Amino acid sequence: MRTAILMKQFALALLMLLGCQNLSLAQGLPDAAVRQQLIEAVLAEGEDQPEKIEALAETGSGMVAAVLAQWRAGNLLVDASPDGAKVLFTREGIDAVRLDTGVKFSPLAPKEVETTSKTRKAIKNALDLIAVASPDPGLRSAAIGKLGMTQNTDYLPMLEARQVKESDAGVRKALVEAISVMQLADEDDVVCIAAVRKLGEMRSIPSLDLLKGMITSEDESEAAKAEAAKSVALIESYLKKVEAAGTVFRGLSAGSVLLVVALGLAITFGLMGVINMAHGEMMAVGAYTTYMVQNIFGGGLTLSLFGFGAHVPGMNLTGAAYQSYFIWAVPASFLMAALVGIALERGVIRFLYKRPLESLLATWGISLILQQLFRLVFGPNNVQVSSPSYLSGSFVIHDVVLGYNRVFVIGFAIAIVFVTWLLLTKTSLGLFIRAVMQNRMMASCMGVRTERVNMLTFGFGSGLAGLGGAFLSQLGNVGPNLGQSYIVDSFMTVVVGGVGNLIGTICSAIGIGTVDQTLQSVTDPSMGKIITLSTIILFLLLRPGGLFPTRTRSLEG
Amino acid sequence: MRKPENLIMMIGALLLLVLLPCLNAYGPPDSALHVSDYTINLWGKYLCYGILAISVNLLWGYTGLLSLGQCLFFSLGGYALGMHLMLKIGKLGQYYQAGNNPLEMPDFMVFMGFPELPAHWVPFHSFGFSVLMVFVVPGVVAFLFGWLAFRSRIKGVYFSILTQALTYAASLMFFQNKFTFGGNNGLTDFKTMLGANLNDADVRRNLYIATVLLLIAVVALVKWLLGTKFGKVQKAIRDSENRVLFSGYATTSFKLFIFVLCALIAGAAGALYVPQVGIINPSEMTTDKSLEAVVWVAVGGRATLLGPVYGAIFVNALKSWATTAYPDYWYIILGGLFVLAVLFAPNGIAGLPQQIKDIAVGWKRRNASSIEPGATPA
Repeated sequence: MRTAILMKQFALALLMLLGCQNLSLAQGLPDAAVRQQLIEAVLAEGEDQPEKIEALAETGSGMVAAVLAQWRAGNLLVDASPDGAKVLFTREGIDAVRLDTGVKFSPLAPKEVETTSKTRKAIKNALDLIAVASPDPGLRSAAIGKLGMTQNTDYLPMLEARQVKESDAGVRKALVEAISVMQLADEDDVVCIAAVRKLGEMRSIPSLDLLKGMITSEDESEAAKAEAAKSVALIESYLKKVEAAGTVFRGLSAGSVLLVVALGLAITFGLMGVINMAHGEMMAVGAYTTYMVQNIFGGGLTLSLFGFGAHVPGMNLTGAAYQSYFIWAVPASFLMAALVGIALERGVIRFLYKRPLESLLATWGISLILQQLFRLVFGPNNVQVSSPSYLSGSFVIHDVVLGYNRVFVIGFAIAIVFVTWLLLTKTSLGLFIRAVMQNRMMASCMGVRTERVNMLTFGFGSGLAGLGGAFLSQLGNVGPNLGQSYIVDSFMTVVVGGVGNLIGTICSAIGIGTVDQTLQSVTDPSMGKIITLSTIILFLLLRPGGLFPTRTRSLEG
Repeated sequence: MRKPENLIMMIGALLLLVLLPCLNAYGPPDSALHVSDYTINLWGKYLCYGILAISVNLLWGYTGLLSLGQCLFFSLGGYALGMHLMLKIGKLGQYYQAGNNPLEMPDFMVFMGFPELPAHWVPFHSFGFSVLMVFVVPGVVAFLFGWLAFRSRIKGVYFSILTQALTYAASLMFFQNKFTFGGNNGLTDFKTMLGANLNDADVRRNLYIATVLLLIAVVALVKWLLGTKFGKVQKAIRDSENRVLFSGYATTSFKLFIFVLCALIAGAAGALYVPQVGIINPSEMTTDKSLEAVVWVAVGGRATLLGPVYGAIFVNALKSWATTAYPDYWYIILGGLFVLAVLFAPNGIAGLPQQIKDIAVGWKRRNASSIEPGATPA
């Protein structure tokens, strides 16, 4: 029994091995042979040439694709050597590379290889076919999709042949889609209707415009039109779902930035009772720090202040070293904003703990000063912070595009909330913070250095705003007024969540972020904002304690 | 303390009401005594701000409600009169004269493609209705908001933040073109009011005199109100609302009354501001402007009768000078002024003499007390 199974497995393995070998033989013809075939195709005359060119596609070689692309661009030349033999070569920048050997040489009397319209078409087809056979599934799907959209039925047999061989699920889907799109143009009504139905079932978004065109087209039969209408309805409802999912995702990421900023405010305002109108400027400090770090890693930048210019030298890094700037910028922006916050607390706010309204006014004065300083130092216009390459791509899941930067922001916000929770509940500093916030006098009597705790708490809250700014620099523009657009939102977030309640802040930040984005996509951005704000105001007028009101026995609480 | 304040008020009123306009109208043009039309116009603007500052002070200084929405009421009053002035442009409008505006709509409506005058604009053809609206619109908004806010016992910083959000939402709304109030350009290019040309020196002087009269009336009203039992309750609310509440006073009604009254005062100031400045747009109602009005009060002197007016004049005069002399540093000056005023001069300009006196007394006392222990050495 056991030996039989073993034998079977052995045979299977052998078969697979052989299969692999076959495949590699088919794709990996010896280079010299491919080059010979290429030269023959280029030098062929008349009717033969297009056929020979298209036959080249079957080699699936990247070298062939490169040469064909060069040919199309007019960079394939022929050199008549003294002995009469024709030497084909391509221009690679200033060098000339022989086609038959792939080595550099100096041509004597070069002449461009001429192409007819038929040749050019054959070259294009061959290029498309090679792309379809590309080893990267992503490129393969893209090439197949492009072919499908041409609705050129000449490719149909090739795609169908491909479909049999294809093993990657994503590419198979692309193939089915492309074939169906081609069949839309089919003369036979039955084929056409089947294709329309297939596209509807696949919820194919790229074919939506074609299907819509069919409904109004005069060439189509009534049955086809009816089927097209059904498919369009299916695809459109799917599209709506995709858009809704995208909006929720964008809302979550906007909510995450809001969350990080509002968390800082929840600490300074909710726990300490200080109204810091300059909190938004702390965000801007963080965002500008990111900008500075980016430039220091790059070519440096010139700052001007009170008429003096100061050049900050750059490290002129490139590649991965330069791309890593954001990893350094995140802690730098936290520290920078925390330092500015501590300076603000020491310099102004500590005199005003007993007068909350006055602290609101004084910090507003500070925010004006900071804004003007940003304008003077970095210029009145927005500055550009480029995303590092690892944050600028995106995944696509069911046609919903998830940008890495937004995913990153969401993930990081979760991490920050976790760290804040740890800090407040598991460390001695957190214990002191909570003690001072609950009863300053008592804490002071027990030997807690309340002054120091205040300073550190305020620094931490400001640092969180700085982090928010660093994230925002990846999602939008950085300018002197960055903070202004967030300050009302973040105050609202804290109040809606229930002052002094961090869980409430988290809920309200995500809620407000999502509702805001949804409304902004349903109506227009400023109308969405107006509706959100009005709703919040009304909610707070009716429930002043917010979502999770703090229960207290104190009369003035 | 009472006597000198009365005297200052009398002298100030005479100066502003009689001397300045007379020098403007009859002063020989080239002499040093002449007051230019520009100056009159500028002072008209400052005094409108002064009235706005009084309304902020009545709320903040005397009732303990820091409203960051006073500029909203100021602008609402301004918009109400501005709408009337807009409609009075009529045949003088550029689009009408170019033949593109047979309905005599305001120019911006033609520009934005409105088919006809929106229904809520129509009654503003009447001057009386517009003046009524100058009071009704801010009054109703203040009543609704105040009623909801005070009923829910919203106070302190929460009240400030909510009024700030209200103002922010309103300014976003007015920035919208489809909100029919001219979008971010607002209402401008006014020509006539009650048939008089707004660019005439005489008309401008009369507007200025009207502003001074309103200022005097508002100061008198506030002074009278503070002297009554109502004023005492109001100050008691500021100092300890709960005690007043437990003594059987409906503090909500008191606060609501003051809030609406202040909205009316701000609205009236806005209505006088618009024809003198010639434009009203949503940037007048941003939260920054409301906070700026609070700066005037803080710099001038909180909870003093005339402090807000001093502050409005001082800060705006400083602004006029600094924005031309040091345009880059104006915001730094303003912010710094604010921080300094809050930290070191809580009673502002009006409180400075007293503060200096206190410091002097404190010095003397400290010197005296430092001698005493030295006098009895062990």
